[in-house]
Amino acid sequence: MLRYLGSRLGQSLLLLIIVSFIGFAVLNLAPGGPLSQFALSPGMTQEQLDKIAAQMGLDRPLPVQYIEWFRHMIVGDWGASYRDGQPVLAVIGRHIFATLLLMGTATVISVTLGSTIGIFSALKRGSGFDYTMTVFAMIALSIPTFWFGLIAIYIFSLSLGWLPAGNMYTVGDGSALDYLRHLILPAMVLALVDVAIWSRYMRTSTLTVINQDFVRTARAKGLSRRRVLLRHIVGNSLVPMVTLAGLQLPTVLGGALVTETVFTWPGMGRLFLDSLGYSDYPVVMGLLMASAILVLVGNLAADLIVALIDPRIRLA
Amino acid sequence: MTDTTRTGHMNRRQALTLMGAAGLMGPAMIGRDRAFAANADPSGQIVLAFSQEPTVFNPLMPHIEVDEGVYYAVFDTLFDFDPEGALFPILATEVPTVANGGISEDGLSWRLKLKDGVTWHDGTPFTAEDVKFTLELTVDPDFRSFRSTGYSFMRNITVVSDTELTWEMSEPFAPMAAILASTYIIPKHAFDGVEDANTAPFNNAPIGTGPFRFKNRMAGDHIELEANGEYHMDGPFLKTLIIKYVPDLNVLYTQFKSGDIDVVGMQYITPDHLAEAETLPNKVVTVAGTATFESLGLNMMRPQFQDPAVRKALYAALDKTSIIDALYYGVPTPTETYMPQQSYYYNDQLPQHEFDLEKAAALLDEAGWMPGADGVREKDGVRLEFTNSTTAGNHLREQAQQFIQQTFGAIGVKMEIKNFPPAVMWGDYWMNSEFDTVVVGLNTLAGADPDTSSFFMSSMSPARGGAGQNTFAYQSERVDELLVAGASSFVPEERKAIYEELQEVIREDLPFLPMFQYAVIKGRKDDVSGPASNVNNRIDTWNVRDWTRG
Repeated sequence: MLRYLGSRLGQSLLLLIIVSFIGFAVLNLAPGGPLSQFALSPGMTQEQLDKIAAQMGLDRPLPVQYIEWFRHMIVGDWGASYRDGQPVLAVIGRHIFATLLLMGTATVISVTLGSTIGIFSALKRGSGFDYTMTVFAMIALSIPTFWFGLIAIYIFSLSLGWLPAGNMYTVGDGSALDYLRHLILPAMVLALVDVAIWSRYMRTSTLTVINQDFVRTARAKGLSRRRVLLRHIVGNSLVPMVTLAGLQLPTVLGGALVTETVFTWPGMGRLFLDSLGYSDYPVVMGLLMASAILVLVGNLAADLIVALIDPRIRLA
Repeated sequence: MTDTTRTGHMNRRQALTLMGAAGLMGPAMIGRDRAFAANADPSGQIVLAFSQEPTVFNPLMPHIEVDEGVYYAVFDTLFDFDPEGALFPILATEVPTVANGGISEDGLSWRLKLKDGVTWHDGTPFTAEDVKFTLELTVDPDFRSFRSTGYSFMRNITVVSDTELTWEMSEPFAPMAAILASTYIIPKHAFDGVEDANTAPFNNAPIGTGPFRFKNRMAGDHIELEANGEYHMDGPFLKTLIIKYVPDLNVLYTQFKSGDIDVVGMQYITPDHLAEAETLPNKVVTVAGTATFESLGLNMMRPQFQDPAVRKALYAALDKTSIIDALYYGVPTPTETYMPQQSYYYNDQLPQHEFDLEKAAALLDEAGWMPGADGVREKDGVRLEFTNSTTAGNHLREQAQQFIQQTFGAIGVKMEIKNFPPAVMWGDYWMNSEFDTVVVGLNTLAGADPDTSSFFMSSMSPARGGAGQNTFAYQSERVDELLVAGASSFVPEERKAIYEELQEVIREDLPFLPMFQYAVIKGRKDDVSGPASNVNNRIDTWNVRDWTRG
């Protein structure tokens, strides 16, 4: 087990270096750059732009910039945002709460609801319920989230006036109830799509398990339906879901770009979009590294958990 | 189309006019201001929304337009432009002019008197040392300064007393007053003992003398400002000012409609929502001109644009009216020049554009540009074929390009559309004149000052080795002479004649084909008063000290 862990960690580190190199190269080789936003300012001169570039260290050769960045990155100094001069880790830290709140809520809803729907669809395969849920999943998966978002705002905020049209809280209020009211619409919109995904996976996984020998054996032993379902079917069909959950981790922490924009939610997705728009390289690199680390950690954690609960994997 | 809501501003102007008439000068005026402040009882809150996020809080560092929305609330300038283009004092007791002795006849010696009794938000008294520090920091080679134009002419900045300072200019430079009007004064004491001004704590926790104190910022969401009870002018009348960041313009409008936003700031309501916005209950929606003009800019170094007949023909083949009416819902105003129509220096006698494809074709025929085998005109081996670029994703501009492409095609001119994301478009591609033609919105003025040397002076083209913003690479001896004459004159009447002629020459030369002067659609709740348009300032919070609620 330890050797397995060790080799996985080694691979991960190598991957991180490759990701950072490619990310850095792509960002910096793309034309334009962080200074172009000032080019149209009245009174701006090329001389002044060059001076600002020199001050920010942007005039140095790219390999030098990369090595410098990498040297600082490995000791935990991820640089400072070009836009507001704040350390990258602090910038990310300030957006993480908003993302965790929204994505966490949406994930809890979608996993619980999606798994339940998936299991029942599989058990009652071909029933009216199964068909309805299949159609629902297809609709949810094929319609873009921003459209759902706008429709939800139109119905629940503009027409009915029940819920706020956006933002994470009312400035000056900020009570738990206020957060909750603001959370409902975006969390629902996000959960809608994820429910569809989870229900489809869970349905397939459950169907595979139902047809396995051990389920038939359990039934043949005369166990109650309920006991077979809970002990043998649900437990086993959740195993592949662990891997899926591991892959979902970076998405959950990376935020939902579109939903965050539609609901003016100050999370990581929007931070990424903003930082790209302003060519704020240090923040973009920070987010890139953070999500790469999350992908690796998520995968590793999922593999380890699966290995713990499924001895066949450990032996391989 | 002009804004009609300027109640708050007119009040103060009337008050100042009255004071002037009564002969109350200097200290008496401050006394009056402070009396107002003592009477002011700030109440209520306004949520003002921008579509970009303000992130740079040191006004001397490189920033974008939206950051100035915060500066006007937190900081003060020495004086500022009112909507008519006249300067009024803020931290200064009077605006220095040749008439009042603040500027010497030759424009080389300046003397500035400051208000007494003004304090910074942390209670420290404001003095002439702060002004000196601010002016010197702009040219400090170790400091990442936004701009040094104008400041670099200043010599021997001398603090005479706490409320007075003087300096010399290495050359007479009329736009200096306009540059000072956009120079927000920052506190010297916030930089005491700071090793690197680029990373001073002040840069994220600004201290100003302005009507509002910086309370806190929630990154990616909003900035909260609170009333400065010690403010030295009339106001503020709001307890809290929230500057909210809403990136999507549709969402911005939706939140204005649902009541989450009280005042829609930059980039305002989109033209496609105008008709509906005007019918919203309890909302005031106005259309106001801005100093930005849209044009089709030509790279004058390209051989096909060196023939004046080509430029004239292209202009005649530009269907301005259709672009304005069909794409922009008739919101912007057609223009023949770069100068805003609200400006004192605007030349209203320029020849009027006419969309006439026959005339355009005739012009090219006469000049010897004949259609080749594929219908594209050519002369001496040069084809009338070029690319046109603008920011990808700006759908109105992209549609305008298609209109232009069609009408140009009708006269045998081939235009290929080649767009880029903003960061690419306005990078080297624009600054080093790597484009053939562009569709661009430009504000070439510094406040109300008509000087545009940086954009039109021959020596200011980066592609020709200059350091300015003359990215059209335009060269005209007459324009150069006029720009030099205009920048060294301090008499508005004299300057008016100079800049009117300048506009004539440029309208004749057509280094860019002027399309329209931008107008924006502003919206606010009807219980908010104060927001007033000012074409001489970049952003609406220029008079936020006057804004009231209820």
